[in-house]
Amino acid sequence: MIKSLIRATATAGFAAMMATTAFAGDLKIIFDDPNPGPKKGFEAAVEAFKKAHPEVNVTVSINDREAHKTAIRNFLSADAPDITSWYPGNRMAPFTDSGLMTDISDLWASDENLKSNFEAIKPTMTRDGKQWGVPYSYYQWGIYYRKDIFDKLSIAEPKTWDELIAASKKLKENGVTPFTIGTKFLWTAAGVFDYLNLRTNGYDVHNDLTAGKIKYSDPRIRATFAKWKELVDMGGFVKNHATMSWQDAIAPFAKGDAAMYVMGNFSVDGYKNAGLTYDQIDFFQFPEITPGVPRAEEAPADAFFIPAKAKNKEDAKKFLSFIARPEIQSQWNETIGQLPPNSKATVSDDKFIQEGFQTVSTAAGLAQFFDRDAPAAMAKAGMEGFQQFMNDPSKLDEILARLDKVQTEVYK
Amino acid sequence: MTIDANIGTSAVPSSGKDQRSFYARNRLKIAPWLFLAPALLFFLIYVIIPIFQSISLSFYQWDGLVAEQAKWVGMDNYARLMDDEKFWTSLKNNVLWLVLFMLAVPAGLFIALFLNQTTPGMRIYKSLFFFPFVISQVVVGLVFFWFYNPEFGVVGKVWGFFFCEQVVNIVGNLSTRCSIDPPALMASEDYATYGIIAAGLWPQIAYCMILYLTGLNNVSPDQVEAGRLDGAKGWRMLWYVILPQLRPATFIAVVVTVIGALRSFDMIAIMTQGGPGVGSTNVLAYYMYEVALSEFGFRYGYGAAVATVLFLIMLVYISYFLYRMYQDEKDGR
Repeated sequence: MIKSLIRATATAGFAAMMATTAFAGDLKIIFDDPNPGPKKGFEAAVEAFKKAHPEVNVTVSINDREAHKTAIRNFLSADAPDITSWYPGNRMAPFTDSGLMTDISDLWASDENLKSNFEAIKPTMTRDGKQWGVPYSYYQWGIYYRKDIFDKLSIAEPKTWDELIAASKKLKENGVTPFTIGTKFLWTAAGVFDYLNLRTNGYDVHNDLTAGKIKYSDPRIRATFAKWKELVDMGGFVKNHATMSWQDAIAPFAKGDAAMYVMGNFSVDGYKNAGLTYDQIDFFQFPEITPGVPRAEEAPADAFFIPAKAKNKEDAKKFLSFIARPEIQSQWNETIGQLPPNSKATVSDDKFIQEGFQTVSTAAGLAQFFDRDAPAAMAKAGMEGFQQFMNDPSKLDEILARLDKVQTEVYK
Repeated sequence: MTIDANIGTSAVPSSGKDQRSFYARNRLKIAPWLFLAPALLFFLIYVIIPIFQSISLSFYQWDGLVAEQAKWVGMDNYARLMDDEKFWTSLKNNVLWLVLFMLAVPAGLFIALFLNQTTPGMRIYKSLFFFPFVISQVVVGLVFFWFYNPEFGVVGKVWGFFFCEQVVNIVGNLSTRCSIDPPALMASEDYATYGIIAAGLWPQIAYCMILYLTGLNNVSPDQVEAGRLDGAKGWRMLWYVILPQLRPATFIAVVVTVIGALRSFDMIAIMTQGGPGVGSTNVLAYYMYEVALSEFGFRYGYGAAVATVLFLIMLVYISYFLYRMYQDEKDGR
């Protein structure tokens, strides 16, 4: 009895060892978006890769997006795949800094396509002068609005802050809340802050703030909050935003109770699912606040990385180089409705993607996002502060003092 | 003794010296330990050792990724805790949970007294009252989160009945206008914690109720009868005759309620994620998760320090509990 038990465990153990020992030619990829569109886009790219490289045996597992964010810490140091999806900017910093990701600067230097067609996005993939990943997609942020409501009240797309305030007032008078937003998960408020800050102070101040070089109590940041206060004080945002997720916040927008939404392009799918048609919704760039400040945009990218403990780095690099190709990037982003980072790739003729492409390709600078540009602890504290500010702008001094304190701890 | 040992080799048993093997001699003492061994081993591996590991981790600064990169910082994490507003908020909320959760004990008692009758169908009522304890805390959290929703939740609907009216908005959809805005409980830094505690009380009351119901089965009818002859009834009967007999049930009810209050985590995770604002609904357990394990948490050492503080608080209570158990057992013999 015991003997057979031992034998059974031994066999099982051996089998498990066999399973984890990858043979050359095996390529294990972890992807983090099981939603239908992204999954389809990813799987199509993998199929194309298999066709081009039949000698590589690709296995794929797709994690839930939120679960992936915590699971990655375990699998990077324990049972690493050969490729994993992750975010660039400061979100990759903990992993690159502790040596859990592979430096792929050599690939960026040797691959003609990567070398020449990714100029705009290369800085986001760079840390300590080295490149760590290859982006497959990015998307624009801006203001999505109800065109039918704007038309009815004959409001034109606001180009300046004053026009935005005037439009908001007009909407208010007609019983429509200007902006919808759901801040339960905090990051949406960071989108609003980032835009106000980019328009008030510009790209460099955004970077200096998230890099810890400027204090939150700096007069320039206070000016950003002053603009925000104008909107909050006039009742510019839906009430109860702190109880809603970004998806929940689509409801008042779809119903016609709110007319604008500061969001990323991934939200268009949500509007369509809520029953809105392309005639009813449209997009405009966040209006100018300080005249003369070069227009920078939020354009977060999604990318693939090679863990330091990957077993098959050679084929992993082949895969990264493959998905950087213009035709692959075109098709992939056509499927998921986003922008291809490769400048030679073709952009979908979807109305929002076209406008998005216009927006980002002419931008003076591309920011990732507050929570990707700032280190984790700072991002969390900052976003809590933003939400608190939206609930009660009178607490501004208290909030800024706290953020300054967190800043000195985080960046020391 | 040495003499005994010499003689021991001869097969003749000497008086006062047991010739059996060590195991045979001490069988009665060893056997319990043998039976306990597996449990002790796992208790050691999964509870005792991690406690010390976690305490030692709290003296390091570490991002939880590569063990070699942990940096010894001594008491630094604790020094920062003292200066951390969010830590104090969490501690305050923990106390709030402890105090308000105690309401479950009397509430459970009164429901149990109410249900302790022999009406037909009483079992159905009892199981209905017990129902909230059976469903998962996560589900309870979700149900209450919607319950509190100012627009379509029960709170919003009842409020709307008094203060709101339906109007047609600009694009012709029905929308609600209120003369006084409905309370957004989960968005309020001041009240959200109370909302969550109320949600937590719902299943906890059911738990206490079940404990008291079983306790009431054991109340001796003789004593009640005797009390009645002496003219006790109502509150006096409850206080002087019933409650003393329910002491074991009360003790367990208090114990499980304190534990329930201290480990409140899932409801907070579901209903507010520690928000709104700056961790206004955090408790120590959730704050530990937030700084060490959540999406933006990479501070394992700091999280371990929070966990250690929580452990010390629990230790006070656990020591008292063990002491009581020990005393009771002594009296029992």
